[in-house]
Amino acid sequence: MTLHDHLPALAVVVPLMAAPVIVALRRPTAAWAVAVAVSWACLAISGQLLQSVLANGPFSYLLGGWAAPWGIEYRVDPVDAFVLVIVSAIAAVVSLYAKTSVAKEIDPDRQYLFYAMYVLCLCGLLGMAITGDAFNVFVFLEISSLSTYVLVALGRDRRALTAAFRYLVLGTVGATFYVIGIGLAYMMTGTLNMADMAERLPAVAHTSTVRAALAFLVVGIGLKMAAFPLHLWLPNAYAHAPSVATAFLAGTATKVSVYVLLRIVLGVFGGTGLLTALPLMELLMAMALAGMFVGSAVAIWQPDLKRALAYSSVAQIGYILLGIAFLSETGLAAAIVHLFNHAIMKTALFLALGAIVFRLGSARIEDIAGIGRRMPLTMAAVLVAGLSLIGVPLTVGFVSKWYLVEAAIGAGLWPVAVAILLSSLLAVAYVWRIVEAAWFAKPSDKALAATEAPTALIVPTWAMAGAAVWFGVDATGTMGVARAAAAALLKGVAP
Amino acid sequence: MIDALPPALTMMAGALALPFLRGPARSGAILLVPLLALAQLWALPDGPALTVGFLDHTLTPVKADALGRLFATVFLLMAAGGGLFALNQKAVVELSAAFAYAGGAVGVALAGDLITVFVFWELMAVASTLVLWAEGGELAARAARRYVMVHLLGGVVLMVGIIAHVSATGSAAFGAMRPDSLGTWLILAGFLINAGAPPFSAWLPDAYPEASWSGTVFLSAFTTKTAVYVLIRGFPGAEILVVVGLFMVFYGIVYALLENDMRRILAYSIVNQVGFMVTGIGIGTEMALNGAAAHAFTHIIYKALLLMSAGSVLFMTGKRKCTDLGGLFQSMPLTTICGTIGALAISSFPWTSGFVSKSMIGQAAADQSLAFVWFMLTAASAGVFLHAGIKFPWFVFFQKDSGLRPPDPPWNMRAAMVLFATLCIGIGVFPGALYALLPHATAYEPYTPAHVVDMLQLLGFSGLAFFVLLPLMKRTLTITLDADWLYRRLGPELVQVVGGGVVAFDRAIRKAAHLSLRRLLDLAARTHGRSGVFARTASSSLMTMLTLVVLAGLLATVYG
Repeated sequence: MTLHDHLPALAVVVPLMAAPVIVALRRPTAAWAVAVAVSWACLAISGQLLQSVLANGPFSYLLGGWAAPWGIEYRVDPVDAFVLVIVSAIAAVVSLYAKTSVAKEIDPDRQYLFYAMYVLCLCGLLGMAITGDAFNVFVFLEISSLSTYVLVALGRDRRALTAAFRYLVLGTVGATFYVIGIGLAYMMTGTLNMADMAERLPAVAHTSTVRAALAFLVVGIGLKMAAFPLHLWLPNAYAHAPSVATAFLAGTATKVSVYVLLRIVLGVFGGTGLLTALPLMELLMAMALAGMFVGSAVAIWQPDLKRALAYSSVAQIGYILLGIAFLSETGLAAAIVHLFNHAIMKTALFLALGAIVFRLGSARIEDIAGIGRRMPLTMAAVLVAGLSLIGVPLTVGFVSKWYLVEAAIGAGLWPVAVAILLSSLLAVAYVWRIVEAAWFAKPSDKALAATEAPTALIVPTWAMAGAAVWFGVDATGTMGVARAAAAALLKGVAP
Repeated sequence: MIDALPPALTMMAGALALPFLRGPARSGAILLVPLLALAQLWALPDGPALTVGFLDHTLTPVKADALGRLFATVFLLMAAGGGLFALNQKAVVELSAAFAYAGGAVGVALAGDLITVFVFWELMAVASTLVLWAEGGELAARAARRYVMVHLLGGVVLMVGIIAHVSATGSAAFGAMRPDSLGTWLILAGFLINAGAPPFSAWLPDAYPEASWSGTVFLSAFTTKTAVYVLIRGFPGAEILVVVGLFMVFYGIVYALLENDMRRILAYSIVNQVGFMVTGIGIGTEMALNGAAAHAFTHIIYKALLLMSAGSVLFMTGKRKCTDLGGLFQSMPLTTICGTIGALAISSFPWTSGFVSKSMIGQAAADQSLAFVWFMLTAASAGVFLHAGIKFPWFVFFQKDSGLRPPDPPWNMRAAMVLFATLCIGIGVFPGALYALLPHATAYEPYTPAHVVDMLQLLGFSGLAFFVLLPLMKRTLTITLDADWLYRRLGPELVQVVGGGVVAFDRAIRKAAHLSLRRLLDLAARTHGRSGVFARTASSSLMTMLTLVVLAGLLATVYG
């Protein structure tokens, strides 16, 4: 076997091994350099994996050479590879941004901790995406979650500690529910390998154990992905975490949880027929719709923009969940492409907010008054990503919105199609508020003293904002992958 | 895909370049970019010039034909004339936004598919909001907020309609449709919102007069006329448009007569004029569609001319209320003459452009034996003369002497007005040139003795009525203009009855909508506001409890 054959394992092993190296190095610059190298290496690996899965179809990697279902199987299909690329691409871009911002927001003697947790979190997220073993998902979930708690707790003020603690409690509840669910399924099937489990579940689908497993799994994963009304931990965690951590987590953590939902609920439980026999999808749809409206509406009035955008994430997760709940190919493709699209635009927005915090020390609406003329590049990125969040044509947001509405109409759900677009009008309101404050309000004292953010922050921000336009103009690539992934997922779902 | 949208792209590029240019380079760009785009437009061959794949569909972003070319031509003429007029506009954003706005309108006019229409439609909404916003004041900012909300709502309706239509027919091509499915109904509704149709007529007079002295000139031209264009292409002969159009005709007249702000009078008259076009589209014969298209063409020019003269007055005096103005003819002779030419054109005075275009719509109604429609249109013509033809120039330039003695505006504004005034007269005297551009071949001859005499009589009598009733108008400012001032006996009652109905309907709808909207917003603000129940920070135990509730719900579902 060549090194190339071990790529699936390397995607996880490289960041995992880098964490102790960073701790050993301790020097901030060295720690940062390792984090950058690891993130970009993971991106290269993910890119390779996506390429080969698109060229040669799905393939498996047996960890330690142990055959599934006894050993742990890493399974790479279009969905996994797509998520791997999203996560590592965002990690790579954000890592470049990290040095300047972290140096400002975190004490020098604790910066190495930040970078160590950053690569550990990356390891956990990539691991969740690549593994084909249901219990292994839990292991990586815990790796990413524990490192996330630390990342949040490294935030600038003491409220970060409370936020991190609450996230820890809720995250643990979610993870526990997940394990309970997997345990119940294991009881009935005797296997932890996802493919194997999917094969054996239909035979025992009528048992209440399997049904309870499904309920626990949906709630557990729903908590991690911040689906309404299980989202309450998210706004404070995002608002008080260091800017870099927020940008990274907003683009990746909830997305990977959505991926797990797709994998477990559609992939593993799809064959049981429970998804269509029970009003489960209707329930998810209700949660999604409520999230779309409540999240966006709260964002309109939030004084802290980081918190406002965190609520906007709750709404965006609602869109993704809605796409899944249609249980159709277009709907799933819309959900999957929105994973990517939302990751790009939300990361761009949080990176831009990080640049504002870098200059102003705050991202409150009254402090950013008049900042548009002081930090034109940063605010232009906010505008571009904001337009994408609304779903203006030629941005990625439009592509998502288009397919989501098409899926709603395809399912014959007219009111839902209208609801999708009406809720996007709420996005207009909260984006408009930022634009108005930045360009048209009387400059605040903080804004008067500010200058444009350093290049090290501008370039990664614009890389993301630019991508939001690039993939909005030419959505062929992303939609192609999303469609292939949706078709593959839907194949396993019994009608 | 972007590098092949020729005329629209040129305008966009100009819009992006303008903020970086200063002095003569800027002025040169403002004047040359629209002309360059115009040259590109006329070099385009008929048929699809470009196809691209986007979201599973093959789009034809550029597809020229007679109808599209007619509208794109007048949009670019407008951008050029408006640019000339606005050379001394200090707000850099405004002209950039106006050029992007014009580019969007040209893009719609040349769009071969609904998705392209939608893309440019949204671009126009954003760009026009910026034009409005660039005025810089708090009133304009607020108006812009309301304006953008209406247009984005219209965009929502349009988008749902387009997606439904596209997924039902499998094709995104933009051709004639019938309002017979939910998709096409929604598309029609989306178009009509931009046209200023009821119950969404109010956005137009609410927003346009709040723009700067030059911004209103741009705003008047593009949004409603692209809506007319897409209606001509998409829904020719849809009967409902006759009703909608007639409503708009009277809506515009009634409110314009009540209004005191000179530019708001002209904004109401846009609704009124677009109403004529929409009625024509509803009639749907070749003559009627030609009339609607021709009227859109001429209306853009004379309405821009009127708003330029109003803009010049505003620019020189800073005043916008009729009651503060008057007697300006003494020191602003050129503006007065140009404004009066515009007023004559909008009143369809013979030998002006309005006469040769509007009479086609009336003729089409007569040809189809739609006596009632013809009658309403004729009665409304008198009303147009009253509110835009006489009221505007009379109160602004003549009537009492306000004591203001501003000179005529700078050379470029004068040049723009003279240019457009020349066009108004030129098209009126030589209608053949305009008729040759129309989508359907026509042998229509507007200057028959009977028609000219009819029109002069109509205008003469309503003009007489205006001056007879002038004291009444000044004192009460209400609709009491229903005396015997029409030479046809039914006319006044019609205006009175229909006008009263229009006002009642409009007020009732708006009141109900406002009330429920306000209640909804209050509720949303209470629950989602800074300390609302949904925005509060939750404790760990509350969150855990909530999780358990959701789990219980799910368990109940899976066992149920």
